[in-house]
Amino acid sequence: MSGLGVFAQALEIAVALALAPLLTGWVNQCRAWLQNKSAPPLLQPYRMLHKLFHKDSVLAERASPLFRAAPYVVFGCMALACAIVPTLSTELPLSPAADAIALVGLFALARVFISLAAMDIGTSFGTLGARREMLVGFLAEPALLMVLFTASLISHSTSLTTIVDTLAHRELEIYPSLALAGVAFTIVSLAENARVPVDNPATHLELTMIHEALILEYSGRHLALIEWAAALKLFAYSCIGLALFFPWGVAQAHAPLAMLLAVPILVVKLALGGAALAFLETMSAKMRIFRVPEFLGIAFVLAVIAMLVRILLGA
Amino acid sequence: MAAWLAVGTLGLAFLRRERIVASVLFPLGALLGAALFAVALSALFAPVEEAVLPIGLPGLPFHFRLDALSAFFLMVIGAAVAGVSLFAAGYFRKDQGTPPGLLCLQYHVFLAAMALVVLANDAYAFMVTWETMALSSFFLVTANDRDPEARRAGYLYLLIAHVGAIAILLCFGVLQANTGDYAFSNMRLQHLSPFWGSVAFLLALFGFGAKAGLLPLHVWLPEAHPAAPSPVSALMSGVMLKTALYGFLRVTYDLLGTQLWWWGVLALGLGLLTALFGVVFAAVQVDMKRLLAYSSIENIGLAFAAIGLSTLFSAYGMRPIAALALTAALYHVASHALFKSLLFVGTGAVLHATGERNLGRLGGLMRAMPWVAWATLVGALASAGLPPLGGFVSEWLLLQSFLFTPGLPNSFLNMLIPVVAALIALVAALAGYTMVKFFGVVFLGQPREEKLREAHDAGAWERLGMLLLVTGCIALGLAPVAFLQAIAPVTRLLLGAGLGHSAAHGTWLLVPVSVEVASYGPAIFLAGVAVSFLLAFALVRLLYHGRVRRAPPWDCGYPWQTARMQDTAEGFGQPIRQIFEPAFRMERELPSPFDRAPRYRVLIGDHFWHWIYVPVAATVERAARLVGLLQQGRISVYLLYSFLTVIGVLVWVTR
Repeated sequence: MSGLGVFAQALEIAVALALAPLLTGWVNQCRAWLQNKSAPPLLQPYRMLHKLFHKDSVLAERASPLFRAAPYVVFGCMALACAIVPTLSTELPLSPAADAIALVGLFALARVFISLAAMDIGTSFGTLGARREMLVGFLAEPALLMVLFTASLISHSTSLTTIVDTLAHRELEIYPSLALAGVAFTIVSLAENARVPVDNPATHLELTMIHEALILEYSGRHLALIEWAAALKLFAYSCIGLALFFPWGVAQAHAPLAMLLAVPILVVKLALGGAALAFLETMSAKMRIFRVPEFLGIAFVLAVIAMLVRILLGA
Repeated sequence: MAAWLAVGTLGLAFLRRERIVASVLFPLGALLGAALFAVALSALFAPVEEAVLPIGLPGLPFHFRLDALSAFFLMVIGAAVAGVSLFAAGYFRKDQGTPPGLLCLQYHVFLAAMALVVLANDAYAFMVTWETMALSSFFLVTANDRDPEARRAGYLYLLIAHVGAIAILLCFGVLQANTGDYAFSNMRLQHLSPFWGSVAFLLALFGFGAKAGLLPLHVWLPEAHPAAPSPVSALMSGVMLKTALYGFLRVTYDLLGTQLWWWGVLALGLGLLTALFGVVFAAVQVDMKRLLAYSSIENIGLAFAAIGLSTLFSAYGMRPIAALALTAALYHVASHALFKSLLFVGTGAVLHATGERNLGRLGGLMRAMPWVAWATLVGALASAGLPPLGGFVSEWLLLQSFLFTPGLPNSFLNMLIPVVAALIALVAALAGYTMVKFFGVVFLGQPREEKLREAHDAGAWERLGMLLLVTGCIALGLAPVAFLQAIAPVTRLLLGAGLGHSAAHGTWLLVPVSVEVASYGPAIFLAGVAVSFLLAFALVRLLYHGRVRRAPPWDCGYPWQTARMQDTAEGFGQPIRQIFEPAFRMERELPSPFDRAPRYRVLIGDHFWHWIYVPVAATVERAARLVGLLQQGRISVYLLYSFLTVIGVLVWVTR
């Protein structure tokens, strides 16, 4: 473990923690523009976090320790996820601890904890949200795993850094398997980040909410941590998408300059990706909850086809 | 080498002791379990030991042998037994139908039989101990013999166990290849033709599959496991199923020598179907012990799938990858033994405290029983296959062995690989769903019955037992490298290849091939989450504050919430019921809008019961009725039969 590696790791975590709310704010702003609304300020998520951290936490009377621990667990999981996805450099000391499969496991761990916390109070919305979240999760998780496997088959590795390294060094050609996997990944990340066709982050309409129903009972610092963790999750997913499908610009060698250069490249890529996400959200309508399994089933099948294409045709 | 004998004689010694001592004897049994674990661990790296004991019939001594495979399974048995027996010391104290002294005898005979099964080195000793195991567990299942359901479950269990045992016996018959010598050492020397080898394999798959709960033969499992007292359920699910896997491994790898590729495909396909079936059914159960029993079916299916994959690779001579898949299977065996025992004893504690198995009448027990709740949470997370616990490691290894298939020579099989990997990922994700349902409905939320508020936490023995199992689950999750060292002798024995790479990369990283290809460090992983957890906690307190105010729940401003407004177990399973509708045989009773007392009822049945078991039972009954025509109950008719027989014999003799 070199000093530079530690620096890269620290830089990556710091950038993720700092930029994640900005990405959320940017997506909200783009969406507001596209929908002809007056947009909230770009820094609104930071203000919100600050406000929530200042407030008292109001806990339900029957909340158990699990309920209080869950926001920290979820935050910890998402911070680790951002630490192991190579966004700025592929020389990360933490990266060998968790490969692509462990990354999916990490997201699953966070999901299970937040769902259990939602069931803890025993309100009708909490348990409903937990059930729906797990429903989305059990379909999205294998699809995400298959997408990552397609990339693993191309690079003969499940290590995220090796995957990104291989993909960044390939010649500019189109892999049909990656294209299919890309579509599947888009669907999965929409579902996992509670975005429009599956869930609406801006709604509190009881019948349709998933993510908001889960965190209904949280307030104050706990809510702030969960919101921040959600922003980190969106950030991590965007970074995975960029790393798999647009990996150019990630620093590969022990070069501090390349790493510092990678930050603005990342910001530009994220800005474009966020705008695309807002566009996708604006163009689609929220679907009924029982259409969601079909929607995610499409992603699952596409990802499996991508793997088949890769294995059988080598493309 | 002497420890298993001690367990056996101890079981006999218990015969004379009665009720009061039970709470001394069970901890003693636990201690012996721990000793067995230690002995097996040392035997794992020791050369093979054999012994011939002149017990049993004259001229037919019992052969025993302790090699790496036996030692590994003994280790698993010892570890799980140590925890479960400690728990049992606190558990068997009230009236359970069978008096505790007798129960104690049956329990320890069961333990000794399981330990001896994995040591047996000839078909005779194997079958005797196998049957002892089946019979003693039958008596344990029917411990609560006043309950007609327990009697029915026990009957079904006995029936299928014996159908399976016949298949195993026939399998040994094929394996000895007309030499008349039933020692395993002789069977290893025989080289069967592919046809007879396949017959032996199919018989083994059927026989051991019946004991393990493979797909068409699984029906006894969700009946028998919940009917038994909880520590016994824990042992049956956690340990006894593993002896079936042991037998299957012993026959397929050790006794048969060479494997054919389609054996692997068959075991893989059956295993995956079983796993999917088990997890989908587990997700819709409303009885907590049945839910766990179905989850056992799922885990056994995964283990069979891994073994099948390993057989497939080994048939094509890809030893290192076969070793990887087999390691995944064995890892799964060990972690399932621990977490399923833990979950079952957890339900036992809940059952004692509340008297309820129905998920619809539980809830909110986290407040009343924090010990049991937190221990069960660890088991549930391990069962859901989440990092950094043991269940995830085996899943990870299994997926790795799928990914690094360097191209099988058969393109159809190559096509199979991604589909199979996708199914395994789906099963793992569904297991998470099931475990959230299990834990959430039992321990979280509001108590669904008033009496649950007075539930008491587990006693000291029970806590100790659960703590031991929790430690095992966590250790398996955090130190996979150390544990792989224990599996390597087994894969080296069976396949001649082991996972040696990991040792080279230090103690923290699990590296099956090389760091560039794949690695997983659960301890670093946990440290990463824990450090961010603690940093976030400390920083929030430091920069802001830690004030908390308690208030009634918000729930979108609706103040009149009752416990009945929570999601029920049926509700939580509803999406699964809807998505996998063709898998179930559902009977719905929906109320009409004008009902005065509306009732809503859904009964979930198993297709296999109606497709296979009901027709078979009907056929047997018809055949019995035809045979019954002979029985006229009049002496003249029976004399006629004797007369005709004598005539027939005379004709045959004088021919």
